[in-house]
Amino acid sequence: MEVRVRVFRFNPEIDRRPRYDVFTVEAEPMDRVLDLLEYIRGDIDGTLSFRRSCGHGICGSDAMRINGRNMLACKALVKNFETNEITVEPLLGLRVLKDLIVDMEPFFEHYRSVLPYLINDEPLPEDGRERLQSPAERERFDDTTKCILCAACTTSCPSFWADGHYVGPAAIVNAHRFIFDSRDRAAAQRLEILNQQMGVWRCRTAFNCTEACPREIKVTQAIAEVKRAIQTGRLD
Amino acid sequence: MVHTHTYDVIVVGGGGAGLMAALYASKRARTAVISKLYPTRSHTGTAQGGIGAALGNLEEDHWEWHAFDTVKGSDYLGDQDAIEFMCREAIQAVYDLEHMGLPFSRTPQGRIDQRFFGGHTNNMTGKPVRRSCYAADRTGHMILQTLYQQCIKNGIRFFDEFQVMDLLLQNGAVAGVVAVELATGDLHVFHSKAVVFATGGHGRMWEVTSNAYAYTGDGVAVTLRRGIPAEDMEFFQFHPTGIYKLGILITEAVRGEGGVLINGQGERFMERYAPRIKDLASRDVVSRAIYLEIKEGRGVNGKNYLYLDVRPETVNYYAEKDGRTRPDGSPYRVTAEEILAKIPDITDFCRTYLGVDPVKDLIPIQPTAHYAMGGIPTNKYAEVVIDSRNTVLPGLYAAGECACVSVHGANRLGTNSLVDLVVFGKYAGIKAAEYANGVDFQPLPEDPTDFTRQQIEALRHGDGREKASQIGRELRHLMFDKVGVFRTEEGLQEAVEKIKELRERFRHVRVSDSGRAFNTELLNTWELGNLLDLALVTAVSALERKESRGAHAREDYPKRDDENWLKHTLAWLDGDRVHLDYKPVVITQYTPKERVY
Repeated sequence: MEVRVRVFRFNPEIDRRPRYDVFTVEAEPMDRVLDLLEYIRGDIDGTLSFRRSCGHGICGSDAMRINGRNMLACKALVKNFETNEITVEPLLGLRVLKDLIVDMEPFFEHYRSVLPYLINDEPLPEDGRERLQSPAERERFDDTTKCILCAACTTSCPSFWADGHYVGPAAIVNAHRFIFDSRDRAAAQRLEILNQQMGVWRCRTAFNCTEACPREIKVTQAIAEVKRAIQTGRLD
Repeated sequence: MVHTHTYDVIVVGGGGAGLMAALYASKRARTAVISKLYPTRSHTGTAQGGIGAALGNLEEDHWEWHAFDTVKGSDYLGDQDAIEFMCREAIQAVYDLEHMGLPFSRTPQGRIDQRFFGGHTNNMTGKPVRRSCYAADRTGHMILQTLYQQCIKNGIRFFDEFQVMDLLLQNGAVAGVVAVELATGDLHVFHSKAVVFATGGHGRMWEVTSNAYAYTGDGVAVTLRRGIPAEDMEFFQFHPTGIYKLGILITEAVRGEGGVLINGQGERFMERYAPRIKDLASRDVVSRAIYLEIKEGRGVNGKNYLYLDVRPETVNYYAEKDGRTRPDGSPYRVTAEEILAKIPDITDFCRTYLGVDPVKDLIPIQPTAHYAMGGIPTNKYAEVVIDSRNTVLPGLYAAGECACVSVHGANRLGTNSLVDLVVFGKYAGIKAAEYANGVDFQPLPEDPTDFTRQQIEALRHGDGREKASQIGRELRHLMFDKVGVFRTEEGLQEAVEKIKELRERFRHVRVSDSGRAFNTELLNTWELGNLLDLALVTAVSALERKESRGAHAREDYPKRDDENWLKHTLAWLDGDRVHLDYKPVVITQYTPKERVY
């Protein structure tokens, strides 16, 4: 089948404003949008820039807007679109550096702000072995361990579009991963950070994040659990 | 514009090995990580099934058993001193990861859960043993995330999206590296006392591959161009279960949980090839079995794929037939829900890319290029050694898939890639810092970016008669066809000639993008040049090795030949010529014998 791929183009070195290039390519229904972009860059227009690495939804490099919705280009199959016209654009809310590549620094800055690492200064088990954690305790934060930091959620969030200082869903997901880990001891610190003006209360439960997440993390629910923990001071 | 930075230790690569090295080096020396990707994009994140360590949480196990299994899996080409070191250290490494916060799956007692994996056995009974410590089917993701989190906690300095293109050597020792900043196209000189390469593998030279686009052998290519040999490059692992055509990995854990391979006639054929551990034999054994089944007309519908079957009724049928039990002695029986809980990501891949449900449908699979056993030669402290007498190159270290210690020999056991990168990444970091604290900086060369600029200029000024994309396609097809699971003299000879031709044609490629910011075409073209260099070394090394051992299966030399070939290949690249030398395998207590599963 023939697919028309409309691609957002912007090279700050020469362009004053963005444009859309249209490439007509032969595609199989099972092709990934990433395959089409690879073909375009390799065989039609080498100047097209985008990020990608693993090609199967784990590394989080190729989040972009495809027909208006955030997804990973490597998990978006041609057959899943109802039309033969596919529009590919960079994520919203982050500065475009070139074509489909956006500046990820503000995103990672928000991520780093929530102390996204285990904090526990208590002595390790005397036998030197693992800390114990029951399967139920482990299950409590399983969903948010799946995050691949692709930024699809944060850049689909109207609150983030409105104000890029908002810490955003991805950072809250990563805070949640530690807040509800029975081995961690810094939940209170993280909840305090997220209780600030640019924390969880900016979330208006639009659910865009949950729909955008390529790992099917229940992002809005995770945010709600953090809100509840702040309100109740309890971690159950 | 050229920027200059000074650090004691530079780590090249932000995957598991690089981050481990950075965490340990930074405790004692000024350290920075240079990575062509954001570190969390690294290929470590795609590892699925687990990390092997003889914790013995579910049943009796010993690191010595792990060591023997690794030696046997390596088809006796692994260096036994390094293997013993790794398997002993693996236990502490797993506890370290847990202490860092890694969310392992847990046993009912709250300990790290462990599962079966190919080639890991109880050495007394020969039966599979639960040794793979796992976090669902995303163990690599959890390792990568956990190590990156720790790097943030410890304030590690990162240069993200910088491509290292050259290694600087002065007076026979390390002086630093040169990198291109992808965002600006600027060149950066990193003046350092020690350099750790942790740049990953090179599986993108094969058509069907589980490897990331980024897996283009950059570290091995850079060191080859500076006169450092590559070891055992003829040994490249094909994982038995890649998704048909796409190559995406379906972890061995699916078979660990009871899944079986089924041929086009509905037969569980692995019983004929590995009577004792069947579907859990080593990867080279299973991949060859799949090829032979297809060759003898037992592929599905005459095509070159078979099925992986993890439907509960199948799992339970064969579990009963095999008399498989749970740790408490009760019969092993599973429900669809239990299977789905153990392999959630695999389920997602099957649904997304195949439209099938693994607990209801069969999964079409074929062997997929997966892991480089060969690479930059090192000793067990991750120090790079540059000849058959194991002479150390002062200040240079390598760890993870780009390195060849060698702990994997001719065939790596499942879970041992993660063991390798945490253990040797850690020691690379410790040793690099120790070295840096004991020496002064080497002076930088007069024009440190000279060779980097030459490489870039060559790509910009070809006559444009050839297209990189076409050369890449031909290379991948050629390698899969002639330097794949089975090899012959004729096919390898043809491959060597054709790769030389492709390298010649590559000189005519011209990068069309003349911009500086995120010139990904320039980067990708340079990466293709790396793959072409490594392909030549791989094919020549394979052509010369006239025996079958592990992943190197010669139809014309079907037997292992310890008398002539119990030795490591060292290959130097000099223009179009590959020079070979060999060095002995280190044997401690495991005498080579025939390998039967």
